[in-house]
Amino acid sequence: MSFIKTALGSAAALAVLAGAALAEPALMYDLGGKFDKSFNEAAYNGAQRWAEETGESYQEIEVTAEAQRVQFATRLAEAGYNPIVVLGFQNAATVEEVAPKYPDTKFAIIDVSWLDIPNLQQISFAEHEGSYLVGMLAAMASKSGTVGFIGGMDVPLIRHFACGYAQGAKAVNPDINVVANMTGTTPAAWNDPVKGGELTKGQISQGADVVYAAAGGTGVGVLQAAADGNILSIGVDSNQNYLHPGKVLTSMLKRVDNAVYDVFKNGVDGFEPGVMTMGLDNDGVGYALDEYNEALITDEMKAAVDDAKAKIIAGDIEVVSYYANDSCPALDF
Amino acid sequence: MEFLTLLQVLDSSVRLATPLLFACLAGLFSERAGIFDIGLEGKMLAAAFFSAAFAAVSGSVWIGLLAGIGASMVLSLIHGLASITFRGNQLISGVAINFLASGLTVLIAQDWFQQGGRTPSLSGGARFNEITLPFADTLRDVAYLGPIYSDLISGHTALVYVAFLTVPLTWYVLFRTRFGLRLRAVGENPAAVDTAGISVIRLRFTAVLICGVLCGLAGAYLATGLQAGFVREMSSGRGYIALAALIFAKWRPWYALWACLLFGFLQALSLRPDAVTALVQVRVPGQFLDALPYILTVVILAGFVGKATPPRAGGEPYVKER
Repeated sequence: MSFIKTALGSAAALAVLAGAALAEPALMYDLGGKFDKSFNEAAYNGAQRWAEETGESYQEIEVTAEAQRVQFATRLAEAGYNPIVVLGFQNAATVEEVAPKYPDTKFAIIDVSWLDIPNLQQISFAEHEGSYLVGMLAAMASKSGTVGFIGGMDVPLIRHFACGYAQGAKAVNPDINVVANMTGTTPAAWNDPVKGGELTKGQISQGADVVYAAAGGTGVGVLQAAADGNILSIGVDSNQNYLHPGKVLTSMLKRVDNAVYDVFKNGVDGFEPGVMTMGLDNDGVGYALDEYNEALITDEMKAAVDDAKAKIIAGDIEVVSYYANDSCPALDF
Repeated sequence: MEFLTLLQVLDSSVRLATPLLFACLAGLFSERAGIFDIGLEGKMLAAAFFSAAFAAVSGSVWIGLLAGIGASMVLSLIHGLASITFRGNQLISGVAINFLASGLTVLIAQDWFQQGGRTPSLSGGARFNEITLPFADTLRDVAYLGPIYSDLISGHTALVYVAFLTVPLTWYVLFRTRFGLRLRAVGENPAAVDTAGISVIRLRFTAVLICGVLCGLAGAYLATGLQAGFVREMSSGRGYIALAALIFAKWRPWYALWACLLFGFLQALSLRPDAVTALVQVRVPGQFLDALPYILTVVILAGFVGKATPPRAGGEPYVKER
């Protein structure tokens, strides 16, 4: 019976959307899905934390096809949800179209920083700084002198991750070889664990003994192949250390959960339009250390990374952003 | 390209070609009997999910494999019911199966496991592990042949060997048995088969069910052999590439083997841009290699390389009397 309930529930989700007129906040997930164990799931965790603390509820909707983006965002605004958090840079065009039509509704978008709309808060993360730290850890953990990077869809955001990672690795070992691959050039690249696994095997045969996956659902395949191939992997966005205990070196944390939590908590009254950057200084990004990987991170490694973190915050180390001039000093694509 | 790199690319090709080969042979049986099957993709996906789900719950990959094959056969029966019994449009029925599988797998997965449309990760006996063939380690040091045997031929999961054995089996069944002759005849001229007193309906249903079994193997290989668990849409268009391979192979089993190996090789090459660049000294975009299977199929269809003639009665429901 519970199966039928789920079926009816998902069919009725849209109908419910049209009816509600409360000033509840809403969250719109990007392709890759709510439970991608990564980016979207982090947002879900943040929203869930807010709901548990306040006892209030929120609306959520999952985009499963390109054509739904504008349609879903419009429905949320039409139904009176406020504020509305939209995930992912691929939704930049969505809010650009929808937000001006609903000036009284507050929108927030994650991973976008280049729009100019008065009722929009843009939250971007300094992924290159977090990736720099895990790049350092990768280089220190690598015995072969080769580390790998596997991206999802080949877009500037993912190159931004790769670029920070390569800079971090080269800061530890200038001679290190960084192998970088992208899974594909279409959104399907976020959900192809088979290809991710094959890419990992390819990198292992090129000598890589630590691979960093910034690939959404594809990353599950990367971490699996790395664990099977007995090398270390690095997770992304959410803490993925628990997926393969002792085989995941660390995870590059991108606190999307904090961002969503803050927007929900501030609500309509505390809404701050403009651009907000979450970096190392305000714990927007970082690396994960827990019981699953404590044996892999030695004290020296931790000390070196924490030192670099302090220097990045103080401005003594500058991690070059891929966005600065659409190229990376440490890595060729 | 260095010998070792070539070997690694070929090794990867074999793994990537296996699901294509299963699906391609599945399509071969179905289309040779006159039933076009766009639904290979959906059947693979359903099989991938059910094999992973049952393997995760039972802890046995064999139970998972049976469940995957079962799920794929159920979809085959639906396809058969729509296109054979009710004489519906075969393409529409196939497309419907793709949509059905794409939606149902995620929905059921969410209901059973609450992990957002995926199954738990499989480990140990719940997945196909790699088999090391006898003497693989002792022969490794023999020049050239040693690594070919121990790296390329040995060290795959059981289903890979099954896939390669299915090729001669398919050839034998289709071209050396009475059943095969009738099956091919029913795809060329069903009226003649009917006149000989053989049931067209039964033959076509048998073909469609064999197609279901092979698609089930393809899906189970994706979820329990190549990967350890189901992720939504994990077949990522492999069913369509298999259809392209089937046309490329001109609906023949041995050609299908080479077509799938070629397409698998192209996929493997696109995963190793470094090797390609080293070989041709020019940077080849990965997208180009990804698109090559389709480009080659179009070239074949356009008649540049021989002629691909589909089974004559393909796509048409058989009507006994008017």
